[in-house]
Amino acid sequence: MNIVVAIKQIPSLIDELELNGAGTDLDFDEVDFTLNEFDEHSIEQAVLIKEASGGTVTVVGVDLIEELDNILHTALAKGADKVVKIVGDFEPGMASHTQAWLLANAIKDMAPDIVLAGVQAADDRDGQIGPMLAAHLDVPYIGVVADVAATDSRTATVKKEYSGGVMAEFEVSLPMVVGVQAASQPPRYAPVSKIRQMAKTAEIEEIEVDDDGPGAGSTVRKMSPPVSAGHAEMIEGDSEEVAEKIIEIIRERGLL
Amino acid sequence: MSNDILVITEHLDGKMADISYEMVGKAKELAAAMGGQAIAVTLGSGAAPLAESTAADAAIYVDDPALAEFNPEAYGKVIVALVQEKIPKMTMFGNTSMGMDLAAWLSVKIGQTCLAYVNDLGVEDGKVVATSQIYGGKMAAKAEAEGGSVVVGVLAGAFPADAGQGSTAAEQIGSPVSLDGLKTKFVKMIRPEGGDIDITAQDKLVAVGRGIGSQDNIELVEELAEALEAAVAASRPITDAGWLPKTRQVGKSGVAVKPKLYLMLGISGAPEHLEGMKDAELIIAINTDAGAPIFDVAHYGTTCDLFDVAEAMLDQL
Repeated sequence: MNIVVAIKQIPSLIDELELNGAGTDLDFDEVDFTLNEFDEHSIEQAVLIKEASGGTVTVVGVDLIEELDNILHTALAKGADKVVKIVGDFEPGMASHTQAWLLANAIKDMAPDIVLAGVQAADDRDGQIGPMLAAHLDVPYIGVVADVAATDSRTATVKKEYSGGVMAEFEVSLPMVVGVQAASQPPRYAPVSKIRQMAKTAEIEEIEVDDDGPGAGSTVRKMSPPVSAGHAEMIEGDSEEVAEKIIEIIRERGLL
Repeated sequence: MSNDILVITEHLDGKMADISYEMVGKAKELAAAMGGQAIAVTLGSGAAPLAESTAADAAIYVDDPALAEFNPEAYGKVIVALVQEKIPKMTMFGNTSMGMDLAAWLSVKIGQTCLAYVNDLGVEDGKVVATSQIYGGKMAAKAEAEGGSVVVGVLAGAFPADAGQGSTAAEQIGSPVSLDGLKTKFVKMIRPEGGDIDITAQDKLVAVGRGIGSQDNIELVEELAEALEAAVAASRPITDAGWLPKTRQVGKSGVAVKPKLYLMLGISGAPEHLEGMKDAELIIAINTDAGAPIFDVAHYGTTCDLFDVAEAMLDQL
């Protein structure tokens, strides 16, 4: 079975996000980039499918800031068989529509049985990669998936999450694209030694692209932290004082 | 292109989801300003009463056995046909489990701009202007769509539901396209196991998030909850890791709770979690990140270390 994982590198949300001078986007020189957390789950689910049913796992991503190698080496260390990066004259802040188009062009030549993409990414202002890939590849899409079983290259069984813990099970004729919300097991760790080994020995296939592809179809006038209706009353003091205050607040409400 | 807005409604287990009403209410306001109509589109089988439960200016109900349960492939085919026939200015989907399978897909299929994670929406000089909540809720991006028709993904809770509730007769039609030979087959619904407590029925919840660090530390939270006569709830990363059962998960794909007390330890307040608890009566948040979005929603907050505060509270209780 030919399993392909489409990944996306996105600004890290851990630290404070800085805006550019025009206030229309992030200052990409100041942000750290990281693998989309949902793609950690896609990679894990892909390797789980391979371990259960055989096949090869190919991980492919757009190399926006020329820092994709470590992510790809880590994927190999986790059990991916092949890694591919799409290179070109790219800028960070690329629209999801553009990334999806680039990925679809690379993936269609791979003749995949199943394509996994993270269900969403923090910078998906113009939409999510998975459904757009499916539209380009003209195959079915199901997203918010928490379990994928594919025993052969003909059919996959996926479980889609709704709210309240309710899920729907679907059977889909392959090929298809799955939007992964969570792998059926927490993503595994790859030992640093293994990642370093991959960095020394592994080959990353490069696909060079000149074309621009479609854009977001919209322009940001202004990006800023959301204006909130209010803010919490912050409790000052050391932990003893804070604890005391919290208990007092709870008691005042008659809740203790 | 008309000045109409198609609202793709969502229903599950015979109930119209609130997002449908929220979208219809907003669509009516926008359509009126554009001189068009807000048209509620419902797909289903035997679901005519649901289709007629909105206050839309007009309603279309597409009835076919293949549409009985949500099926992105079947729903997608029907929606493409309707959009190509009606050429609306805007097609609205919920930014939800169902809507996210369709919105961006449709935008590529028919070559229209897509605006996702929208919590504010307007039309200025014929151009759709929308604010998208991105970067985990840390940024609001106000954007202007290029001319032409637009696909919009609307966040749950962004607009009021009551503006969209009402009663409008629906034009019932069969599917405009063949739904034979679908590759996607709905098999069954899977419901959560019972046996654990129902956190939606609890007056007091102590909720734990990523800040707890490890599974071993959950015990501290359980002790604190016990001392407060509260139940333990969790954000998604905790239940995904298996540190607490899925029935304890609060949020978009978990449950929505409205307790009298929601004490939060190490939860940043990502939009998906907020959706499940923002209406709690008393929200107290403990998070070392002063910039955590939760402090915009909580009533009280502290950046003290959650372990120190929890231990101190246990000593004092």
